[in-house]
Amino acid sequence: MAKLNMVQALNLAMAEEMARDRDVVILGEDVGLDGGVFRVTEGLLEKFGKERVIDTPLAESGIVGTAIGMAISGLKPVAEIQFSGFAFLMFHQLEGYASRFRSRTHGQFTVPLVVRMPYGGKVRALEHHSESREASFAHLPGLKVVIPSSPRNARALLLAAIRDPDTVVFMEPKRSYRAFREEVPEEEEVMEIGKAQVVEAGTDLTVISWGAMMRPTIAAVEQVKEKRGTSIELIDLLTMAPMDGATLVDSVRKTGRCVVVQEAPRSCSISSEIIARINDRELLYLEAPVKRVTGYDVVTPYFAREETYLPGPERIVRAIEETLDF
Amino acid sequence: MPLEEIATFSVSRLQVLDEQGKVDSALEPELTDEQLMSLYRHMVMAREADQRMLKLQRQGRIGTFGPCTGQEASICGTAMAMGEKDWLVGAFREAGARMMRGEPFLRQLLYYNGFEEGNYFAGNERVTPVAVIVAAQLLHAVGIGYSIKYRGEKDTAVVSFVGDGGTSEGDFHEALNFASVWQVPVVFIVQNNQWAISHPRSKQTHSKTLAQKAIAYDMPGIQVDGNDVLAVYRAVKEGLDRAYSGGGPSLIETDTYRLMMHTTADDATKYRNEEEVEAAWKREPLIRFKAYLENKGLLDEEKQAALAADVKAEIDAVVKELDEWQLQNIDQSFEHVFGDKHPEIALQQAEFLDELSREEDANG
Repeated sequence: MAKLNMVQALNLAMAEEMARDRDVVILGEDVGLDGGVFRVTEGLLEKFGKERVIDTPLAESGIVGTAIGMAISGLKPVAEIQFSGFAFLMFHQLEGYASRFRSRTHGQFTVPLVVRMPYGGKVRALEHHSESREASFAHLPGLKVVIPSSPRNARALLLAAIRDPDTVVFMEPKRSYRAFREEVPEEEEVMEIGKAQVVEAGTDLTVISWGAMMRPTIAAVEQVKEKRGTSIELIDLLTMAPMDGATLVDSVRKTGRCVVVQEAPRSCSISSEIIARINDRELLYLEAPVKRVTGYDVVTPYFAREETYLPGPERIVRAIEETLDF
Repeated sequence: MPLEEIATFSVSRLQVLDEQGKVDSALEPELTDEQLMSLYRHMVMAREADQRMLKLQRQGRIGTFGPCTGQEASICGTAMAMGEKDWLVGAFREAGARMMRGEPFLRQLLYYNGFEEGNYFAGNERVTPVAVIVAAQLLHAVGIGYSIKYRGEKDTAVVSFVGDGGTSEGDFHEALNFASVWQVPVVFIVQNNQWAISHPRSKQTHSKTLAQKAIAYDMPGIQVDGNDVLAVYRAVKEGLDRAYSGGGPSLIETDTYRLMMHTTADDATKYRNEEEVEAAWKREPLIRFKAYLENKGLLDEEKQAALAADVKAEIDAVVKELDEWQLQNIDQSFEHVFGDKHPEIALQQAEFLDELSREEDANG
């Protein structure tokens, strides 16, 4: 067992899978010589050569479009979009092709592709480098959207994504890249895509979050537990789409109270969908309205203002307490 | 020298058959009589299939589609030059080429009648389905080219189609750039049919030719008379041979004309004048290829009549298949969202089927 940060864990997953499967190739801007702007692909060029770790021209549609071609012809590309803010230059390749090749050919053509991209705020970055737009991708049928929250699940989910028979948009919380280390098992560990994880079981209230928000959420949950002795069930969503409704709903049926924490703007978001699932299936078990702690429906502010915009432990604690006291 | 010329460029145009069907024997490709007649039959089939589809659409028996009439040389000449292992990454106006790569005509009819079944057929691993998002497919072709190169597959390349309008898309330029940087085996066919719905070629780009777009990417580019099937064949064969031998991508502008509407949903008389279309009909590709075959003694009135009857019978048989086609598996869409069915998709599938059975019950 080694203690790794998320960057190292992601790097490990790619190195493992590339060593195992020669069909796996990496492509993107600055992924080779430079090892990626966040160093997630560092050392892979030296290990696997330039045919498998491809520094591409600066064009997002070019990266994902060619990766789709590679995937339908038998390779398993892992494409990197340098920042999720640039992903909209290739959005049509996801909507028009990656998400629907399988469906429109009844399985004759498939696109086993991973599109990695760092997302989210609080790294004091330039504009277009701090957004949290998972809902935009999750809205496309035929696309899987995964967000890890820790080194261990990042490694296990990226392995799963590379082996997945379909396109997986793999959004990496860049704020968590080097924020902490975690034991990552030496043996191979693969998590199932499409499943949420109950991180901690509890009976009084369910808290659901994902990605970079997991850390402040865990801090808030600890505070409430300490202060009030509440039994809180904490769920890490991990897969945005297809969403694991059963795990969420089962939990809320048990606890009757729920708080959802997300970094993204509120409207038409993953949290909206979570609440809809709960209302559809378990409304009568609710003892309080499901409360949300989210980003606001504003253009993501520049970093001088992002600290107060992003949900932090205090807001989350208040939401949990209000829901408990309803 | 403070100012010196550091590079010069030129663009060539190739014609093998003139409008009267007279051949330039120095450029005449080596095709056997059987190959020439086979090519002619494919072109006639493409034309007749197109015209039949137009009728079917007007009768409401299929949905809207984009006719290829006038572009048979560009489409079939390209497919004729392709090798057994090559990939075809088309757009949406190349039915003739699709059929030549083994796609049954029925599949086109199904696609344009709203069936996903029209997107695949047995043995289709190297013919990608119709691509509607303009120029995006060119990047797929480049990625496939990368796979071919990565695996060291011999005598294998990708042929990808786009139209004159498509050259304005960003994906066109990204595809050319990636293909050139990677030196992958791809031949880009730009079918310049002069019209992108209502927008004429002259307003699509200020460039004198579309072939010259290749120059920016240091890629061989040529304009061919796109109504001259022998010129198209020759240029594509050259491009493919270059690709097979590791010479990288090339671009071919086939200068042709869209004789019909953009799609059946469009009225072309609204934006282009009759004189232009009439003049184009005089240059259409079947006239000159037919004359060439007659001059070679391969075709006469009797053979033409037999061929026409044969093609008509083939089309009739396929239209009968279309008429007999039954919608099956109404919930098929739920089966192929992902390779592994997610429980949430299964729930929605059950809901869909439940709704359906209630409607059926309600309707007795």
